[in-house]
Amino acid sequence: MNTLVALAVIFTQLSLLAFGGGNTILPEMQRQVVQVHGWMSAQEFSALFALAQAAPGPNMMVVPLVGWHVAGWPGLLVSSLAKFGPSSLLTGVVLGLWRRFKDRPWRRVVQSGLVPMTVGLVAASAILITLATDHSWGLFLITGVVAAASLMTRLHPLWLLAGGALAGLAGLGAL
Amino acid sequence: MRSAQEASEQAPETAPPPDCWQLFIGFLGLGLIGFGGVLPMARSMLVERRRWLTGDQFTELLGLCQFLPGGNVINLSVAVGLDFRGIPGATAALFGLIAGPTAVVVGLGVVYDRYSDDPMLQHFFSGLAAAAAGLLVATAVKMLMPLRSNIPALLVVALSVVAIAWVRLPLLPSMLVLAPLSIVLSWRFPAGAARR
Repeated sequence: MNTLVALAVIFTQLSLLAFGGGNTILPEMQRQVVQVHGWMSAQEFSALFALAQAAPGPNMMVVPLVGWHVAGWPGLLVSSLAKFGPSSLLTGVVLGLWRRFKDRPWRRVVQSGLVPMTVGLVAASAILITLATDHSWGLFLITGVVAAASLMTRLHPLWLLAGGALAGLAGLGAL
Repeated sequence: MRSAQEASEQAPETAPPPDCWQLFIGFLGLGLIGFGGVLPMARSMLVERRRWLTGDQFTELLGLCQFLPGGNVINLSVAVGLDFRGIPGATAALFGLIAGPTAVVVGLGVVYDRYSDDPMLQHFFSGLAAAAAGLLVATAVKMLMPLRSNIPALLVVALSVVAIAWVRLPLLPSMLVLAPLSIVLSWRFPAGAARR
């Protein structure tokens, strides 16, 4: 029961702080479930994040997965409701107002002004997830090659994930 | 509230407004085809294939959804559902969008839990995780590139990285400092001016 309450509190907070999309809140999610509550290791969190990346859909599917991993089906339900509910309510409430204030200058100032912070949060996510995941030089190599391939080619992300998984299977990660 | 619906009654380029079931099915399909972000697919589904929205309506709703916290396509499903069919429509669209991917991740989670002791599968999953980290690194680099000659913006990026990744401060208090700083610096030193 306490676990479910904690999940609800964590994901409600994250729901309302996720400016700039899901990747900005990964560090806080990791801090809460690994450091604060000790529900899993940082490496396990990275594994769940990877599973969610390999699944289709919006990129916040790590949320139901974390809930399920921590507290089964009730955990999945509570964390999904807490993550998707509050931001959706806010969207519904603001929708009517939006048509009035979308052309105001302050709207553009605030929206573009948040970009540097969003970029910093995504960069922090990338650093934390990489450090928690790559515990060998081989794994660092996979991360580096995938990042470079994603930046320099138009390969579909699913191929890059498959390539990384196969390289791991071939034993590259153990180097 | 009903502007998308009204417009679709006047404008021949959009289809008749969808009911709750059609909203559910439309977003269910979207959730299951989009890998690595669903935004490009969302536009093609809503504007080109099902013609529920015009291109301009899509851009306007997306502007709202990027402005607010939460995943932008998740917010978009709520906004589109609400516009056409009120709260039941929003619920149908949101549930449709996340139902499929949730089933898939739980399926993958079951496999991972059951075989996590198997060394072969451990290697497989650690390679997968390293690749997922690589995609995230690439996303961060792509987002960073447009800011590369804007020193005040880079300062905010660096501060955020230090606070969150290095010192590991909690997000809420960090954002209470970083968000106003980010907005004020971007406003005082817009990207164009900094480059000159």
